[in-house]
Amino acid sequence: MGHNTQPPDPRDEIVTHLPALRAFAVSLTRNGSQADDLVQDTIVKAWKNFDKFQPGTNMRAWLFTILRNTFYSAMRKSRREVADVDGALAATLAEKPHHDGRLAMADFEKAFVTLPEEQREALILVGASGFSYEEAAETCGVAVGTIKSRVNGGRARLAELLEIRDDESMELTDAQTVAVVTNSMQPRKGAA
Amino acid sequence: MTEKQPKSSLEELIDDNLRKVYRQVEDEQVPDRFLELLEKLKQQENTDGT
Repeated sequence: MGHNTQPPDPRDEIVTHLPALRAFAVSLTRNGSQADDLVQDTIVKAWKNFDKFQPGTNMRAWLFTILRNTFYSAMRKSRREVADVDGALAATLAEKPHHDGRLAMADFEKAFVTLPEEQREALILVGASGFSYEEAAETCGVAVGTIKSRVNGGRARLAELLEIRDDESMELTDAQTVAVVTNSMQPRKGAA
Repeated sequence: MTEKQPKSSLEELIDDNLRKVYRQVEDEQVPDRFLELLEKLKQQENTDGT
Protein backbone atom coordinates (compact mmCIF):
# COMPACT_ATOMS: atom_id res chain seq x y z
CA MET A 1 0.00 0.00 0.00
CA GLY A 2 1.21 3.43 -0.75
CA HIS A 3 3.52 2.13 -3.44
CA ASN A 4 2.56 3.04 -6.92
CA THR A 5 5.35 1.09 -8.54
CA GLN A 6 4.79 -2.58 -9.19
CA PRO A 7 6.87 -4.86 -7.01
CA PRO A 8 9.61 -6.58 -9.01
CA ASP A 9 8.56 -9.94 -10.38
CA PRO A 10 10.62 -12.52 -8.48
CA ARG A 11 10.64 -14.65 -11.60
CA ASP A 12 12.86 -12.10 -13.26
CA GLU A 13 15.63 -13.60 -11.20
CA ILE A 14 15.47 -16.82 -13.21
CA VAL A 15 17.43 -15.29 -16.05
CA THR A 16 20.41 -14.62 -13.79
CA HIS A 17 20.71 -18.36 -13.09
CA LEU A 18 20.68 -19.47 -16.72
CA PRO A 19 24.47 -19.61 -17.17
CA ALA A 20 24.80 -21.81 -14.09
CA LEU A 21 21.86 -23.95 -15.16
CA ARG A 22 23.46 -24.55 -18.53
CA ALA A 23 26.77 -25.47 -16.94
CA PHE A 24 25.05 -27.91 -14.61
CA ALA A 25 23.06 -29.34 -17.50
CA VAL A 26 26.18 -29.91 -19.57
CA SER A 27 27.86 -31.69 -16.71
CA LEU A 28 24.90 -34.03 -16.37
CA THR A 29 24.14 -34.67 -20.03
CA ARG A 30 27.68 -34.39 -21.39
CA ASN A 31 26.13 -33.01 -24.54
CA GLY A 32 25.53 -29.40 -25.48
CA SER A 33 22.29 -29.63 -27.39
CA GLN A 34 20.77 -32.09 -24.95
CA ALA A 35 21.81 -29.74 -22.19
CA ASP A 36 20.01 -26.83 -23.76
CA ASP A 37 16.84 -28.85 -24.22
CA LEU A 38 17.07 -29.72 -20.56
CA VAL A 39 17.46 -26.07 -19.61
CA GLN A 40 14.47 -25.20 -21.75
CA ASP A 41 12.28 -27.79 -20.01
CA THR A 42 13.54 -26.53 -16.67
CA ILE A 43 12.57 -22.95 -17.44
CA VAL A 44 9.05 -23.96 -18.43
CA LYS A 45 8.59 -26.12 -15.33
CA ALA A 46 10.00 -23.49 -13.03
CA TRP A 47 7.69 -20.89 -14.50
CA LYS A 48 4.61 -23.04 -14.13
CA ASN A 49 5.47 -24.12 -10.61
CA PHE A 50 6.76 -20.85 -9.37
CA ASP A 51 4.17 -20.77 -6.61
CA LYS A 52 6.10 -23.66 -5.05
CA PHE A 53 9.23 -21.59 -4.72
CA GLN A 54 9.64 -20.16 -1.24
CA PRO A 55 10.71 -16.54 -1.41
CA GLY A 56 13.90 -15.89 0.45
CA THR A 57 15.30 -19.34 -0.18
CA ASN A 58 18.01 -20.22 -2.67
CA MET A 59 16.51 -19.95 -6.14
CA ARG A 60 19.53 -21.46 -7.81
CA ALA A 61 19.25 -24.58 -5.69
CA TRP A 62 15.54 -24.76 -6.45
CA LEU A 63 16.16 -24.49 -10.19
CA PHE A 64 18.95 -27.06 -10.04
CA THR A 65 16.56 -29.45 -8.32
CA ILE A 66 14.03 -29.07 -11.11
CA LEU A 67 16.74 -29.53 -13.70
CA ARG A 68 18.10 -32.71 -12.19
CA ASN A 69 14.64 -34.20 -11.65
CA THR A 70 13.88 -33.53 -15.30
CA PHE A 71 17.18 -35.05 -16.32
CA TYR A 72 16.71 -38.23 -14.30
CA SER A 73 13.18 -38.87 -15.42
CA ALA A 74 14.22 -38.44 -19.06
CA MET A 75 17.18 -40.70 -18.48
CA ARG A 76 15.15 -43.53 -17.08
CA LYS A 77 13.46 -43.65 -20.46
CA SER A 78 16.72 -44.00 -22.37
CA ARG A 79 18.89 -46.07 -20.08
CA ARG A 80 20.35 -48.26 -22.75
CA GLU A 81 21.56 -45.40 -24.87
CA VAL A 82 23.34 -43.83 -21.93
CA ALA A 83 25.05 -47.10 -21.07
CA ASP A 84 26.50 -47.28 -24.58
CA VAL A 85 27.94 -43.82 -24.27
CA ASP A 86 29.56 -44.77 -21.01
CA GLY A 87 31.09 -47.83 -22.59
CA ALA A 88 32.56 -45.86 -25.47
CA LEU A 89 34.03 -43.28 -23.17
CA ALA A 90 35.47 -45.86 -20.84
CA ALA A 91 37.17 -47.50 -23.80
CA THR A 92 38.67 -44.20 -24.86
CA LEU A 93 40.04 -43.66 -21.44
CA ALA A 94 41.81 -47.00 -21.52
CA GLU A 95 44.77 -45.30 -23.16
CA LYS A 96 46.58 -43.69 -20.31
CA PRO A 97 47.07 -39.96 -20.19
CA HIS A 98 50.66 -39.00 -20.90
CA HIS A 99 52.57 -37.32 -18.17
CA ASP A 100 54.43 -34.22 -19.11
CA GLY A 101 53.93 -32.42 -15.86
CA ARG A 102 50.62 -31.02 -16.88
CA LEU A 103 47.22 -32.48 -16.77
CA ALA A 104 45.53 -32.13 -20.10
CA MET A 105 42.11 -30.67 -19.76
CA ALA A 106 40.83 -33.17 -22.29
CA ASP A 107 42.05 -35.98 -20.08
CA PHE A 108 40.34 -34.49 -17.10
CA GLU A 109 37.11 -34.10 -18.97
CA LYS A 110 37.31 -37.64 -20.28
CA ALA A 111 37.86 -38.98 -16.82
CA PHE A 112 35.09 -36.87 -15.41
CA VAL A 113 32.43 -38.10 -17.80
CA THR A 114 33.08 -41.70 -16.84
CA LEU A 115 32.03 -41.07 -13.27
CA PRO A 116 28.55 -42.11 -12.24
CA GLU A 117 26.02 -39.27 -12.48
CA GLU A 118 25.62 -38.94 -8.75
CA GLN A 119 29.34 -38.35 -8.30
CA ARG A 120 29.45 -35.93 -11.20
CA GLU A 121 26.65 -33.84 -9.89
CA ALA A 122 27.99 -33.84 -6.33
CA LEU A 123 31.40 -32.72 -7.59
CA ILE A 124 29.93 -30.04 -9.81
CA LEU A 125 27.66 -28.70 -7.12
CA VAL A 126 30.22 -28.66 -4.34
CA GLY A 127 33.52 -28.44 -6.20
CA ALA A 128 32.59 -26.13 -9.05
CA SER A 129 29.45 -24.16 -8.41
CA GLY A 130 30.11 -23.36 -4.79
CA PHE A 131 27.12 -25.02 -3.16
CA SER A 132 27.55 -25.93 0.47
CA TYR A 133 27.24 -29.62 1.34
CA GLU A 134 23.87 -28.79 2.84
CA GLU A 135 22.60 -27.06 -0.30
CA ALA A 136 23.87 -29.85 -2.49
CA ALA A 137 22.18 -32.42 -0.26
CA GLU A 138 18.91 -30.58 -0.49
CA THR A 139 19.19 -30.18 -4.24
CA CYS A 140 19.78 -33.90 -4.69
CA GLY A 141 17.30 -34.95 -2.03
CA VAL A 142 19.84 -36.94 -0.03
CA ALA A 143 21.61 -36.68 3.32
CA VAL A 144 24.61 -34.42 3.78
CA GLY A 145 26.78 -37.44 4.53
CA THR A 146 25.78 -38.98 1.23
CA ILE A 147 26.91 -35.89 -0.66
CA LYS A 148 30.20 -35.89 1.21
CA SER A 149 30.89 -39.48 0.36
CA ARG A 150 29.97 -38.91 -3.29
CA VAL A 151 32.32 -35.94 -3.48
CA ASN A 152 35.12 -37.89 -1.85
CA GLY A 153 34.45 -40.94 -3.97
CA GLY A 154 34.41 -38.82 -7.13
CA ARG A 155 37.67 -37.10 -6.27
CA ALA A 156 39.34 -40.38 -5.44
CA ARG A 157 38.19 -41.93 -8.68
CA LEU A 158 39.39 -38.96 -10.72
CA ALA A 159 42.76 -39.07 -9.03
CA GLU A 160 42.99 -42.75 -9.83
CA LEU A 161 41.96 -42.35 -13.47
CA LEU A 162 44.35 -39.49 -14.00
CA GLU A 163 47.09 -41.09 -11.98
CA ILE A 164 47.66 -38.02 -9.93
CA ARG A 165 49.14 -38.06 -6.50
CA ASP A 166 48.72 -35.54 -3.81
CA ASP A 167 52.16 -33.99 -4.18
CA GLU A 168 52.10 -33.39 -7.90
CA SER A 169 50.98 -30.09 -9.16
CA MET A 170 49.54 -29.80 -12.58
CA GLU A 171 47.58 -27.29 -14.42
CA LEU A 172 45.84 -26.94 -17.68
CA THR A 173 46.92 -24.73 -20.49
CA ASP A 174 44.52 -22.39 -22.19
CA ALA A 175 45.04 -24.02 -25.53
CA GLN A 176 43.98 -27.32 -24.09
CA THR A 177 40.97 -25.70 -22.53
CA VAL A 178 39.88 -24.37 -25.89
CA ALA A 179 40.36 -27.78 -27.45
CA VAL A 180 38.01 -29.25 -24.91
CA VAL A 181 35.31 -26.77 -25.71
CA THR A 182 35.48 -27.37 -29.40
CA ASN A 183 35.47 -31.14 -29.38
CA SER A 184 34.92 -32.33 -25.89
CA MET A 185 32.39 -34.98 -26.74
CA GLN A 186 34.18 -36.77 -29.51
CA PRO A 187 35.77 -39.93 -28.24
CA ARG A 188 39.07 -40.63 -29.93
CA LYS A 189 39.08 -43.64 -32.16
CA GLY A 190 41.70 -46.22 -32.80
CA ALA A 191 42.63 -47.43 -29.37
CA ALA A 192 44.01 -50.87 -30.14
CA MET B 1 59.19 -28.99 6.11
CA THR B 2 55.87 -27.79 7.26
CA GLU B 3 52.83 -29.70 6.25
CA LYS B 4 49.92 -27.51 7.08
CA GLN B 5 47.38 -27.55 4.35
CA PRO B 6 43.74 -26.83 5.00
CA LYS B 7 42.79 -28.51 1.76
CA SER B 8 44.97 -31.10 0.13
CA SER B 9 46.61 -30.13 -3.15
CA LEU B 10 44.90 -33.04 -4.81
CA GLU B 11 41.53 -31.73 -3.79
CA GLU B 12 42.47 -28.30 -4.95
CA LEU B 13 43.71 -29.57 -8.27
CA ILE B 14 40.52 -31.46 -8.93
CA ASP B 15 38.30 -28.60 -7.85
CA ASP B 16 40.29 -26.17 -10.00
CA ASN B 17 39.68 -28.34 -13.00
CA LEU B 18 36.03 -28.76 -12.17
CA ARG B 19 35.64 -25.03 -11.96
CA LYS B 20 37.35 -24.59 -15.32
CA VAL B 21 35.06 -27.09 -16.99
CA TYR B 22 32.07 -25.48 -15.39
CA ARG B 23 33.10 -21.93 -16.12
CA GLN B 24 33.65 -22.61 -19.79
CA VAL B 25 29.95 -23.12 -20.16
CA GLU B 26 28.95 -20.54 -17.61
CA ASP B 27 30.91 -17.88 -19.48
CA GLU B 28 29.17 -18.57 -22.74
CA GLN B 29 26.48 -16.17 -23.73
CA VAL B 30 23.02 -17.40 -22.87
CA PRO B 31 21.29 -18.41 -26.10
CA ASP B 32 18.53 -16.07 -27.21
CA ARG B 33 16.03 -18.90 -27.26
CA PHE B 34 15.91 -18.88 -23.47
CA LEU B 35 15.34 -15.16 -23.19
CA GLU B 36 12.67 -15.42 -25.84
CA LEU B 37 11.08 -18.30 -23.99
CA LEU B 38 10.91 -16.33 -20.74
CA GLU B 39 9.40 -13.42 -22.60
CA LYS B 40 6.83 -15.69 -24.19
CA LEU B 41 5.87 -17.25 -20.86
CA LYS B 42 5.34 -13.83 -19.41
CA GLN B 43 3.20 -12.67 -22.28
CA GLN B 44 1.10 -15.82 -22.28
CA GLU B 45 0.26 -15.20 -18.69
CA ASN B 46 -0.79 -11.64 -19.35
CA THR B 47 -3.19 -12.69 -22.06
CA ASP B 48 -4.57 -15.61 -20.02
CA GLY B 49 -5.14 -13.32 -17.09
CA THR B 50 -4.03 -15.84 -14.43
